[in-house]
Amino acid sequence: MSSETISHGHAAEASVHSHDSHEAHGHDHHHEESFLTKYVFSTDHKMIGKQFLITGIIWAIIGGLFSVLFRLQLGYPETSFPVLEDLFGKWAAGGRISNEFYYALVTMHGTILVFFVLTAGLSGTFANILIPLQIGARDMASGFLNMLSYWFFFLASVVMFASLFIQTGPASGGWTVYPPLSALGQASEGSKLGMDFWLISMALFIVSSLLGGLNYISTILNLRTKGMSMTRMPLTMWAIFFTAVLGVLSFPVLLSGAVLLLFDRNLGTSFFLSEIVVKGEILPNEGGSAILFQHLFWFLGHPEVYIILLPALGMVSEILSVNSRKPIFGYLAMVGSLFAICILAFLVWAHHMFVTGLNPFLGAFFVLLTLLIAVPSAIKVFNWLTTLWKGNIRFTPGMLFSIGFISLFISGGLTGIFLGNSTLDIHLHDTYFVVAHFHIVMGVASFFGMFAGVYHWFPKMYGRFLNNTMAYIHFWVTMVGAYLIFWPMHYAGLAGMPRRYTDWSNWQSFNQFQDMNRFISTVAMIVFAVQILFVFNFFYSIFKGRKVTSTNPWGANTLEWTTPINPGHGNWPGDIPEVHRWPYDYGKDGRDFIPQVEPIGADESKH
Amino acid sequence: MSEAISEQKRKIHPHKFTLWVAIGSILMMFAGLTSAYIVKRSQASWLMIEIPMMFWYSTATILASSVTVQLALKALKKREMINYKRLLVVTAVLGVLFIVLQIAGFRQFAAQDIRLVGAGSNASYSFLLAISGLHGIHVLGGVVALAVTVIRALNSSTKSYSTVPLEIVATYWHFVDALWIYLFIFFTWMK
Repeated sequence: MSSETISHGHAAEASVHSHDSHEAHGHDHHHEESFLTKYVFSTDHKMIGKQFLITGIIWAIIGGLFSVLFRLQLGYPETSFPVLEDLFGKWAAGGRISNEFYYALVTMHGTILVFFVLTAGLSGTFANILIPLQIGARDMASGFLNMLSYWFFFLASVVMFASLFIQTGPASGGWTVYPPLSALGQASEGSKLGMDFWLISMALFIVSSLLGGLNYISTILNLRTKGMSMTRMPLTMWAIFFTAVLGVLSFPVLLSGAVLLLFDRNLGTSFFLSEIVVKGEILPNEGGSAILFQHLFWFLGHPEVYIILLPALGMVSEILSVNSRKPIFGYLAMVGSLFAICILAFLVWAHHMFVTGLNPFLGAFFVLLTLLIAVPSAIKVFNWLTTLWKGNIRFTPGMLFSIGFISLFISGGLTGIFLGNSTLDIHLHDTYFVVAHFHIVMGVASFFGMFAGVYHWFPKMYGRFLNNTMAYIHFWVTMVGAYLIFWPMHYAGLAGMPRRYTDWSNWQSFNQFQDMNRFISTVAMIVFAVQILFVFNFFYSIFKGRKVTSTNPWGANTLEWTTPINPGHGNWPGDIPEVHRWPYDYGKDGRDFIPQVEPIGADESKH
Repeated sequence: MSEAISEQKRKIHPHKFTLWVAIGSILMMFAGLTSAYIVKRSQASWLMIEIPMMFWYSTATILASSVTVQLALKALKKREMINYKRLLVVTAVLGVLFIVLQIAGFRQFAAQDIRLVGAGSNASYSFLLAISGLHGIHVLGGVVALAVTVIRALNSSTKSYSTVPLEIVATYWHFVDALWIYLFIFFTWMK
């Protein structure tokens, strides 16, 4: 009896809910939204996505600028730039970047780019904008949690940004914040207040990405429109789904590490601190284990790499198929390989710790599991190439960035096979080879995925196109520049040149690379300038770009192109469309494309 | 396939589903912490923890609160609104009492001259504090959620008999209860 009332209550509530949203969103032109509810405390997934994107762009400029500053130091270690002293005062006394400043710059560059740009800026943006549009939902499962997710990110951003202006500087022990360096204020300037700000900011950031991730998972699993089975979802949705699962399961572990580190820093506990003497002072701590932190950190840290990469994989798959005018090759293999990467992501963290004294026997298993990632990755590359093969390719900017992504994914992936071997890692560990590897495969490749996504979905976001000329300049300079910057680093790394040094001019083995370093720095500055061109293009096109005149400018099959050019809150003015087929019917039965909403014809087989 | 999914859609409310994913996420944090504890325990200078009596009382309290929240849910389903509100308040009070008893438990350590933090502290006791402390924050979150439910029940202009919000709060409440039982057994076992 009672269970009957419950189910009755459910059904009643559900129907009221859908009725409500129809009423409120279907006729949203009738009631005016205030500036505050529309642009600031918005619960509309599209606006939240744009908020993530623009905040991410601001962070990317800051993080990129930091890399230009430290490249200036690496390229011209002997030269004095008085303007730096004017700008940064004691941090660049005599026009030279001080050691503390250099470490602060690389730490913040890593933190900002990994977390604030490529996690929040990338999956925050595209998960929000694309999930409801591509699965056919009015909004996220909880618009309120979604709004909270952005504002926690905003708070995290404020705290991190504030830490840049602390007298003792921001955190500077590397983005991995290994204790004991990060745990002891006595150990370095950056381990003082800046480190507490870093940890608080990261805690807020973790809350933000958990709230976001919960919503993404629950929306994808529960709010798909009629006919949108899991296997009819675009690959972007699968990728974002797995990204969210990775985030929800791995970020809490980082949070536990951060909490214990906060204890060690502020309450004098000894989780990560063993018997230590700093500057002649014997510390009371005993019995802690610094390696314990590395385990906790990399249990997040490695999945984090895939949190960054998977959305790019998904978007690239979609954009390649649309612009090759061909179905994606091996849809289920693509989903399966995403799943495999997702599982393996949790089983390989110790490959970051091969030289920490890890048992070599244990290391062998991590080598095996790490190398196994090559299998799903190769499947994906094969499927992208076969999707391109004999395609009717349209070289739109989004397509160019997607093809560029494949190139970078291959180059960066191959060096991963080197680094995944624990024996080779003894030599390559902490050299520029590592820097080159992860910048290409995680940094630049994911950026390419993000650019591809921005160019492809900009018409949906703002109802205008980005300027093509600037886009092509952006692509070619970035593509060539990425290789010119990171390719030479492999050689320096193989020669043993270590990371994290400010100056090699007095180091006989490595000062031979001085010219190469200067070259890399020069290219880095040019590439940075071109990114500024992209940012200009982005903001210019929001207001002045060529207007989109048809609802489906790319001739794509997915649901977001069935909405009006500038969809309101609720996305579809009438009923949500029903889905009848998978999203990759391109060039089928003599037709260029068949949207997902078109019913299966009489002489068609079901997909 | 699609029929099966739309069938499932009718079965679980999206907010409830979100809560279950969140529970998975919170579990990962405590899995991280307890595995760190296990790793640390196998290393040198580990001290055996003696769990004070007070933690037994707090455990009993949180168990009782799980019963009351379940009774509140039952009352709501029978639309016994006064009983329902009364039981919710009792649950919230028991939640606060739990936290108070936990704090009293940690004070007993201080009385025994065992240091949890600062110079001379041992990681074994610090772990107990950090893990129970984080659990306490989650209980506090549950108390806030209960308080919001109570206030809504008292203030709402339209009568709502929807059980979904309370079911969500109750599930969470049972979860923090079960989590504490796990931690309590874990600490007793893995001294």
